[in-house]
Amino acid sequence: MRYAMAIDTKKCVGCSDCVVACQTENNVPHGYCRDWVVEAMDGSYPNLELEIRSERCNHCDNSPCVRCCPTGASHYEAGGIVTVTHNECIGCGACIESCPYDARYSHPDGYVDKCTFCMHRVVKGEKPACVSVCPTNCMYFGDLDDPSSDVSKALKNRKYKTLAPEAGTKPHIFYLT
Amino acid sequence: MKTRRDFIKISALGTAGAALTAGAFSSVNAASLFSMKETKPLDDSEFVRTPTYCEVCFWKCAGWTYTTKQGDIAKILGNEDDLHCNGRLCPRGTGGVGMYNDKDRLKTPLIRVKKENGKSVFREASWDEALALVAAKMTEIGEKYGPESMALFNHGSSGHHMGHLLKAFGSSNIVAPSYAQCRGPREVGFAATFGAGVGSPEPTDIRDTKCMVLIGSHIGENMHNGQVQEMAQAIDKGACIITIDPRYSTAASKSKFWLPIKPSTDLALLLAWIHVIIYDELYDKKYVEQFGYGFDQLKEHVKNMTPEWAYGITTIKPDVIRKTAREMGNAAPSVIVHPGRHATWYGDDTQRSRAIAILNGLLGSWGRRGGFYFKESLPLPHYPTPHYPKPRWSWKETLNGKYPLAGLAISNTLIEASIPAEDNKHEIKGWIVSGTNLPLTMPDKTTLNKAMDALEFMVVVDTMPMEITGYADVVLPECTYLERYDDIRSEPHRTPSIAIRVPAVAPKYDSKPAWWIAKKLGDKLNLGHYFPWNDYEEVIDWQLQELGTSLEEMKVIGVKKFDRASGALFLRDGEPYEFATNTGKIEFYSTELAALGFDPMPKFTQHPEPPSGFYRLIYGRAPMHTFSRTANNKNLTDLMDENKVWVNPKVANIWGLKNDQEVWLENQDGVVSTFPIKVRVTERIRWDSIYMVHGFGHSNKRLKTAFGKGSSDSELITEVMVDPIMGGTGMRGNFVTFLTEDPGKEIES
Amino acid sequence: MKEEIFVSGRHIPNIDPYLHIWHWQIPVYLFLGGLAAGILFFAALYTILGKEKEMPTTVKWATFLVPVALVLGLFALFLDLKHQLFFWRLYTTVRIESPMSWGAWVLMLITPLSMVWVATYIKELIPNWDWKFEILKKFEKLAIEYRTSMAWVLLILSVILGIYTGILLSAFNARPLWNTSILGPLFLVSGMSTGAATIMWMSKDHFERTLMSKIDLILIGIELFFIVHLFMGFMASSEVQIQAADLFLGGQFTVSFWVFVVLLGLVFPAVLEILELRGYKIPVAIPAFLILFGGLMFRFIMVEAGQITRYLY
Repeated sequence: MRYAMAIDTKKCVGCSDCVVACQTENNVPHGYCRDWVVEAMDGSYPNLELEIRSERCNHCDNSPCVRCCPTGASHYEAGGIVTVTHNECIGCGACIESCPYDARYSHPDGYVDKCTFCMHRVVKGEKPACVSVCPTNCMYFGDLDDPSSDVSKALKNRKYKTLAPEAGTKPHIFYLT
Repeated sequence: MKTRRDFIKISALGTAGAALTAGAFSSVNAASLFSMKETKPLDDSEFVRTPTYCEVCFWKCAGWTYTTKQGDIAKILGNEDDLHCNGRLCPRGTGGVGMYNDKDRLKTPLIRVKKENGKSVFREASWDEALALVAAKMTEIGEKYGPESMALFNHGSSGHHMGHLLKAFGSSNIVAPSYAQCRGPREVGFAATFGAGVGSPEPTDIRDTKCMVLIGSHIGENMHNGQVQEMAQAIDKGACIITIDPRYSTAASKSKFWLPIKPSTDLALLLAWIHVIIYDELYDKKYVEQFGYGFDQLKEHVKNMTPEWAYGITTIKPDVIRKTAREMGNAAPSVIVHPGRHATWYGDDTQRSRAIAILNGLLGSWGRRGGFYFKESLPLPHYPTPHYPKPRWSWKETLNGKYPLAGLAISNTLIEASIPAEDNKHEIKGWIVSGTNLPLTMPDKTTLNKAMDALEFMVVVDTMPMEITGYADVVLPECTYLERYDDIRSEPHRTPSIAIRVPAVAPKYDSKPAWWIAKKLGDKLNLGHYFPWNDYEEVIDWQLQELGTSLEEMKVIGVKKFDRASGALFLRDGEPYEFATNTGKIEFYSTELAALGFDPMPKFTQHPEPPSGFYRLIYGRAPMHTFSRTANNKNLTDLMDENKVWVNPKVANIWGLKNDQEVWLENQDGVVSTFPIKVRVTERIRWDSIYMVHGFGHSNKRLKTAFGKGSSDSELITEVMVDPIMGGTGMRGNFVTFLTEDPGKEIES
Repeated sequence: MKEEIFVSGRHIPNIDPYLHIWHWQIPVYLFLGGLAAGILFFAALYTILGKEKEMPTTVKWATFLVPVALVLGLFALFLDLKHQLFFWRLYTTVRIESPMSWGAWVLMLITPLSMVWVATYIKELIPNWDWKFEILKKFEKLAIEYRTSMAWVLLILSVILGIYTGILLSAFNARPLWNTSILGPLFLVSGMSTGAATIMWMSKDHFERTLMSKIDLILIGIELFFIVHLFMGFMASSEVQIQAADLFLGGQFTVSFWVFVVLLGLVFPAVLEILELRGYKIPVAIPAFLILFGGLMFRFIMVEAGQITRYLY
């Protein structure tokens, strides 16, 4: 079982609903965010192109953040979800330094926090809050090992890319282009 | 200039020993050494779920409010059965919790008092005292001038209750700025063509369309939920989107064709398209034959409006015009030339909407799948109340014959009617303003200020200390939509449906629902018999029972759908159909307009262009905000807390502007922006224009998060081009230049 | 024109616009750790070589600084933690892939050991020192007996301590400035150099001072060699490393690095030491202080600049 997410950049409008929904679902404090939206534009008027991406922790296969954690607080859960056990985290910040995607942050309560793929929802068979709320329905989540899951179907028929593949982390958020 | 109604800037309350209401303690961010608390997300079963429909914008998506056992509102999710949102709220709806948690909310009724030094402050008052004052003032105005001299400016659910009160009082001068400042022209333009306006939600069958044409519409940044959802579905199905916009909007980035048109020339493009579609025979012949009126006149009218002619005006190449016209023709009838929503641009907007409607008529999209469907809403039973008294005059009389096709009240004319003048025979003397922030909504602040100063009384009903509250005599704090009952929502869609709003928690502070305010005011005005119930819950329960359901059932399901009763969703092949126009057909040649002396078919008129060194001010929306309403909502300011001015790199080069540099804007009439705005140097905006998102630049200090953030576009809109057909205020004819040094403008209203 | 921006208003404290999650505590710890490693290395080395008599400061007096440095360094680290109540979790597990875990355990071993080392010499500093408890007196005797074994252990541990401070940073492949295998050896040599400088400063013996001075010169030479290689490596790598190197070759850290670390912290003290060896009278405090200063500045600059370098955007 390997959880992954596929996001269709062609449909995403950058409304940032995923960011607010994550905030209300996971009590993310104001001023912090577990996911965010990036707009990448290229060209000169009027020959322009725009890509909009909703980014978050990529729950990598080869996570540097899990490797470098001195206490083991940063670890893999079933399905490859990378999480932090709050009362094992000492707040040293090594994992924040090690993430090429700047996906982690230091929570005001002291521990390090980041996207958890809404594990508390996934274990009950629901989708993460961001996927469930997206008005353009451009986010697909599911088990990559299951060919009938939303994410597997999305990846089958479209071209996709990951972020900074050269960092060697084997991320599991795929952007359909 | 100090006026009687000077803006109360300071959040200082009077010295009557009032308790501190603004207890804004900033959240403690430092790592607490000794706290072991963990904010684990709660399981959904730990919440209490209450049905509601959103009030952050006017799409009114139905959803569920999730409240913890301790009584805090944790999150709001969409109702899966709702046609407006399909279980997915937009960012503003999801961020609605921020409206509830906002510490800057209005907490108690406030009454304006004048101090010895001539300045005014607000003093806290009890509901009884405040309502008594309002009732006394309304009665006074009613006796001196007649009840018709009370007007209601409204936007939102509270309007129904305050409107009911006003109509019982004897006035039908109820106006929403969304007509003349926003949707009005397209309603009139489409009604003149198809006999029916567009309305809200728009009956656009986007999810099945093959081609959607967006003219100055920026769906995707305009976050009307259903429209965005269906556009994504259309993209999935491979629909072609054609966007006409001087700015590379989000929609433009998803379009097959983006036409970077020269601003203010859209009518020329539309007419050229009509020309190509007629002369290249791309129109739906059977449909036009069966339903069209005035086709030959139209054909003659556009004879010389060739793409080459349009190229010179719009800078869109002729082959692109032909290609896109062919694209539309090939997709017909599953094509939508979108009516847009904010249509008040240059004063000829009804005619431009007419052109859009004509185009749709030629392509055969009205009443066809992938085009426009026939919407239907469920009529709600009226709770029995006495008949309203008949007012002696209404807003129609204030028009003195102008704007003959205005279907709803025009805010700018009612504002003008509030200014005493020789030819003003129908003066408005008192305003109730609820749910609309007039200083940031209305262009032409000079007239607005004059009107507000001339009023004898103004009461504002609002949830937040918006700028309008600074001008009020009495401020009444309304609770948010999450804390109150309101009317049953019955909006037109493919299928009729209803949704209910049930309070999830009791109103915070001393705020009250609008129905309570209206009822208590009614009691004080001896109009209690118009409110023959104790709690609005009774009304809703009665209405639901009349509809065959109940409050109990609706509390469990939130949304209920009903069967259509008015006929098919689309026109049936071969079957006749009567359009509600004079001729019963789709009028390419408008008999209604001709009879009133207006152009029966749209003509292109040149609009003023920016003088040298000036750039056209274009404004729009951001998907995470609803104009100025949400600028203080912490959940949403986390996403965007200020607007920036989009400047083309060539222009930035000329002026030496760098990214994030603060500039002040000065418009063609010498009006300078109160607050500076940061520059965003981007290729996405045309070199003759600048773009900013509407709704920032709040000047009321009580809005602690929003104050001073970004800059207001509406204060720079002083040149207003009024549409002669229905009174809409065209606002895109203003030009600004840059000031890189602080002009030192005092922060006034 | 390329434009890549956050549109959801992301502005996380200490992460945006540039990462700055490690502040002064980490460079201070790295410096003190390197210093302690250097001093312990020489102390152990000369004990093993049997040169305690000729190198008293090296073997005895300088080592008194080590427990102080280590405790201060550990305290700085503790201050850096944001979830301090749970610091003990570090010692509930050994994570081989995490250099920080190695460091925690090495420090756990080397700090008490250095205190024992100091304890064996305490009677030489304070003649009237009384252990009071019998068991401590017995332990002291045992420790003095096994001093050479301790020295071997300390030799290895001090090298690990010195090199791990560099590997700790180089293991973060997300920070291109740090992600070079030269960083470990560079930090080790720098640590040893600061250790040698301290010993040189403290020593009253001419022979010891001259020897340490010569060793320090060699170490400075190696350090300069490593720095050149560091930048050659960056410039021959991919774009992220080139951009990282640009911070030092025209960017915001150019002056502070080349002036304070290389010129004042390495080249100038080396010149002074050569002059001293040639016979000129130079107060030893000057080159020693400059080397220490350079070492501290080096770590401050590396920690700050490294966090600015990144992969995306």
